[in-house]
Amino acid sequence: MLELQNVCYEIVVNNKKKKILDDISFKVDDKQLVVLTGPNGSGKSTLSKIIMGILVPSSGKILYNGKDITRLSITERAKLGLSFAFQQPVTFKGLKVKDLIDIASKKKNSVINACDYLSRVGLCAREYIDRDLDSKLSGGELKRIELALILAKNGELNICDEPEAGIDLWSFDALIKLFKEEDKTFLVVSHQRRLIEIASKVILLSRGKIEAEGSYEDLKEKLSSQICDRLEEGNE
Amino acid sequence: MNEIEKKILEEVSSLHAVPMSGAHNIRLNGKLVSRGVTEGINILSKKDKDGIDVFIKRGTKNESVHIPVIVSFSGVKDKVYNDFYVEDDVDVLIVAGCGVNCNGSSASGHNGIHTFHIGKNSKVRYVEKHVGLGDNEAKRELDPVTDIILGENSVLIMETSQLGGVTKSIRTTNATLARGAKLIIKESLLTSEQDIVKTMFNVNLEGENSKVEVVSRSVARGKSCQEFVSNIIGKNKCFGHVECDGIISEKGIISSTPKIVAKHPDAMLVHEAAIGKIGEGQIEKLMTLGLDKEEAEREIIIGFLR
Repeated sequence: MLELQNVCYEIVVNNKKKKILDDISFKVDDKQLVVLTGPNGSGKSTLSKIIMGILVPSSGKILYNGKDITRLSITERAKLGLSFAFQQPVTFKGLKVKDLIDIASKKKNSVINACDYLSRVGLCAREYIDRDLDSKLSGGELKRIELALILAKNGELNICDEPEAGIDLWSFDALIKLFKEEDKTFLVVSHQRRLIEIASKVILLSRGKIEAEGSYEDLKEKLSSQICDRLEEGNE
Repeated sequence: MNEIEKKILEEVSSLHAVPMSGAHNIRLNGKLVSRGVTEGINILSKKDKDGIDVFIKRGTKNESVHIPVIVSFSGVKDKVYNDFYVEDDVDVLIVAGCGVNCNGSSASGHNGIHTFHIGKNSKVRYVEKHVGLGDNEAKRELDPVTDIILGENSVLIMETSQLGGVTKSIRTTNATLARGAKLIIKESLLTSEQDIVKTMFNVNLEGENSKVEVVSRSVARGKSCQEFVSNIIGKNKCFGHVECDGIISEKGIISSTPKIVAKHPDAMLVHEAAIGKIGEGQIEKLMTLGLDKEEAEREIIIGFLR
């Protein structure tokens, strides 16, 4: 489904080049749940943004279902089936939750339909459907709405940047259920033990490089210092 | 009424044709074309100047009155005085609007001076739309003035919009609020090309527990220029909140001067103003949902001005 080949990302700081990502290569197969983990500043969010097209790699290739998408725009990737849930969800003055659900699903949803997406991420849907997607919503509410938009978009490859940040335990259970039950491919940036434990594959990033890749069992020792048990620990 | 005039009528008043019943007053190129009155709502032409007096009787509820103005000839400069006398215990919707469609180089315009005399315990929703249509060369000028005298425990919700096509406009709203009165103003403005708009709100919170909320949202595109000025004066225990949000694109300019004056120790007045271009993050978010950049910007602006 997704393949990264030798992806590098450099930025210039004080006239000096700094490598944020160094020679990243890995594959994500259909219907897998792949967790991207690693210490703060290891390049996880940058990598997820490069896959979505929000950032452009300095070199390397990204293939999606065999097609080279390295130079495609965010929109083009979205149309091919990629979705993205931001670590810090964006707010809009005047756009309602329902408007965003309609945009994501490319249709005018009935209230019942729209509510279904919200219920699946643990929100009492009717309270939210007509609300503006603005800063009056809490961080946790915004994070869950962000996931509801991914469901509404119904993409094949869903990239989620720390979806658990700011959400409560009950919602986290709903999140785990979602990743388990949705018949989709997920690439999730996370530090959370329960997510890592159910992952098909874990990729451990360290200082912009892949330090290890494999199942949770394979990487158990290496991961021990990275994993969080409590929800709030995962927040960067 | 020709097709263009019907289109303007629909734009400004949501009426598809001249209504057969209900309270209304339709003015086309300076002349009255249709008027309807009801038991609760009477409309009379002014004798000393252009304009109408709308009388809404005590206890009139769930009724509406539409008073659209259409200017479809170049060079028409219309000025009217419309007075609304709303008695006590009323609950009505008033829809006013002005559409100017003109081509060619001579300026056309309409100055509507609306005065609301609202009694006690009444609720009025006032929807006002200003629309300019026609080619880019023509000048369309609208200078609306709204004067509001809001009685005890009455509520006026004013939704006013001017979404493009008006080349020059000075919009003035003056209000005085009695005890327990509440004024809610929601303004949406969109300018482009070389349009110039100035919008002013002067609100006197005279009565105890009076309350005003002004939310102005504006988008300035092209080389257009907007100026927002508000002056809220709290003379009693009262609450006032002014919010001015602007989006600028290309070489658009927005200036915001929210002034609040507390003349009473229990006056609570707040103003907020934010002006900037559309956030990159907002555009990126909508692009991840499949919109291209232009579609994303359009959705953001439509929502913002709604």
